[in-house]
Amino acid sequence: MDMKLNVQSSPHIRDNISTRLVMLDVVIALIPASVWGVLRFGLNAALVIIVSVLACLISETIFNMIVKKPNTIDDLSAVVTGMILALNMPPEVPLFIPVVGAVFAIVIVKMLFGGLGQNFMNPALAGRCFCLISFAGPMSNYKSALSVDAYSSATPLVLLKQGSEVNLFDMIFGYTPGTIGEISAVCLLIGAVYLLVKKIIDLKIPMVYLISFTIFILIFSGKTTDVNYILGEIFGGGLIFGAFYMANDYTTSPITMLGEVVYAVFLGVMTGIFRLWGKSGECVSYVILMGNILVPLIESITIPIAFGKEGK
Amino acid sequence: MYTFRHGVHPNERKELAKDKPIRVIKAGKTLVYPLQQHIGAKAKATVKVGDRVLVGQIIGEADGMISANVLSSVSGIVKAIEDRLVVGGQKVESIIVENDDKYDAIEGFGVERDLNSMSKEEIIKAVKDAGIVGLGGASFPTHVKLQPKDPDKIDYVLVNGAECEPYLTSDYRLMLEETEMLIKGLRSMLRVFPKARGIICVEDNKRDAYDKIKAALAGVDNIETALMKTKYPQGGERQLIYAITGRKINVSKLPADAGVVVDNVDTVVSIGYAVCKSTPLLRRIMTLSGDAYNETANLNVRFGISYKEVIEAVGGFKTEPEKMISGGPMMGLPVFSLDMPVSRNSSALLAFAKDPLTGLRETNCINCGRCVKACPINLVPTKMYKAAKAGNFEEYIKLNGQECITCGSCSFVCPAKKPLTPYFSYMKFAVRGYLNSKKEKEAKK
Repeated sequence: MDMKLNVQSSPHIRDNISTRLVMLDVVIALIPASVWGVLRFGLNAALVIIVSVLACLISETIFNMIVKKPNTIDDLSAVVTGMILALNMPPEVPLFIPVVGAVFAIVIVKMLFGGLGQNFMNPALAGRCFCLISFAGPMSNYKSALSVDAYSSATPLVLLKQGSEVNLFDMIFGYTPGTIGEISAVCLLIGAVYLLVKKIIDLKIPMVYLISFTIFILIFSGKTTDVNYILGEIFGGGLIFGAFYMANDYTTSPITMLGEVVYAVFLGVMTGIFRLWGKSGECVSYVILMGNILVPLIESITIPIAFGKEGK
Repeated sequence: MYTFRHGVHPNERKELAKDKPIRVIKAGKTLVYPLQQHIGAKAKATVKVGDRVLVGQIIGEADGMISANVLSSVSGIVKAIEDRLVVGGQKVESIIVENDDKYDAIEGFGVERDLNSMSKEEIIKAVKDAGIVGLGGASFPTHVKLQPKDPDKIDYVLVNGAECEPYLTSDYRLMLEETEMLIKGLRSMLRVFPKARGIICVEDNKRDAYDKIKAALAGVDNIETALMKTKYPQGGERQLIYAITGRKINVSKLPADAGVVVDNVDTVVSIGYAVCKSTPLLRRIMTLSGDAYNETANLNVRFGISYKEVIEAVGGFKTEPEKMISGGPMMGLPVFSLDMPVSRNSSALLAFAKDPLTGLRETNCINCGRCVKACPINLVPTKMYKAAKAGNFEEYIKLNGQECITCGSCSFVCPAKKPLTPYFSYMKFAVRGYLNSKKEKEAKK
């Protein structure tokens, strides 16, 4: 028998999972929220999503060409970045803004730091915040061509700040103004359940984030018994979107289990502080970026104790 | 149900061979016995070229505190004593015996003995003479395990029937077919540790074996059974001890330090044969499985038979394999030649038409944390990997990298297909060298 056998070190089998499949599942999970955003806000919303995704793919391709590296867009992470960036944009934003955001997210935040997995901030959120600062006006104009209801352009968080009541049904099902992807808690949660079932995400970061935020505002808002207010804060703004799709981004959240809890509590408390005492109601993006920056520190102090090394 | 934290769930694929009863295969003309088939010092040859040897005769004598005898599994003439290739890739001094097909055995071979009339010392001697080593994979000499520093501290004797590696079914078959001898083996061990409870631990994917053992134990008071969750690496020594007793040991401790002795099913059956039937360890049970074989099987193979002959016994290959593994797919060794003898750690010989690793592309680590959630030792594999790649030994030690049991769980779940476990296997030795040279430097100062 003259056979040629492959020789590698163990293990000799691998789980049927790859970075690409992970990213594909996130794209699938974002579809309900994207479709709802387009249905709700119309053509420009669809264009924002398409332009943002394309801009991400193209800027990653060009960057790889310039630095003479193999193209990496087939891992689909640029598609995820493009979608999350687009879903964080107001519906009537001029189309050059998502392009600027995409280039910033991919080139500055991701590729310059070494590409996928090397970035220290969530690229889509950094791109969004870059646009928020650079184009404050169009980025916070939530008027929509299609929304003709009473709230017109006042987002639920603005109403809550003014002390008005909010319509919880509209918030949960997505009939309020807001960014393209954040308005429908139901659509976002459908995607989140999909990711949970496929074991792409687990509940730790999202739930600890939401619970610590809720406890914080229950204590400090002075409106502990106002159910409309408390639920409005939870379902308002980008909190649900942030908690299930951005705070738990693999690369920019802690890898240690205790670290995940510390990080999520930090996000919850900071979101509470900004929501209660900040000027703008919208703070989830900034808070998550702040959390991202703390991740290396959190990880370094939460290395788990190895099995059998307890008490030493 | 008993279990440990973390771990992974590889596809079990045990259905391929689980219903194949163990069958004995014939030995060929030439048998090869490496003198190093165990952890510890190499055995010393006690025969010369030209000598006639008998079945069960010691041809290599345990040399030192931790060592084991090597025995001839056939009768015949010693043809040569020379270096031969073994599965790990090394060349090891081996005794080559030409089989005369007479199977003349040593005096007293196969004589029934009454366990109750045997003393502790007699039992340990029987185990040592029989050349028994741990057949789960590590090949630690069993008689050494039976003589811990403080025998009175031992309060558990665990039989490891987890068989958590995919494809492997040899322990399962033994539990079904040799239930009696398994219990006799454990009773022999309990005579050495009279204060201990014996527990036969089985994963719940082998329910019928568990039930059979449980039924056979009716009326026996110091032996129990424990059903464990099917999860890899449930059969890892530290995981098993923790699952059953709640005690934790680390790399610097032996199971005996936690009052536990653990032996694999085949080892305990072999103890039973050695003690109660004067039959030394001359064979092992092997699973042949994988899609490249004409037929899968559980075989009773005499040591010294070559892999080639074992494969011929199941009718050869259906398709030429691209990958062969000695042992399970999670921790087994890759096979690169079939001209090697079956030895004590050959728990299985798997053959795959397609290498499951072909075409996998390594991508960037995305910090997903799957390795952290898989690691049964609570380590942070991705950080260890980065430290290992950077040659940062201090960081690697700080991350408790030396605790790694190289079970392969982290590599298995990694979506970026990073070679985590291979790096850790290498670092085990590299860090040891680093620490030694550091100690030397400090001594010089």
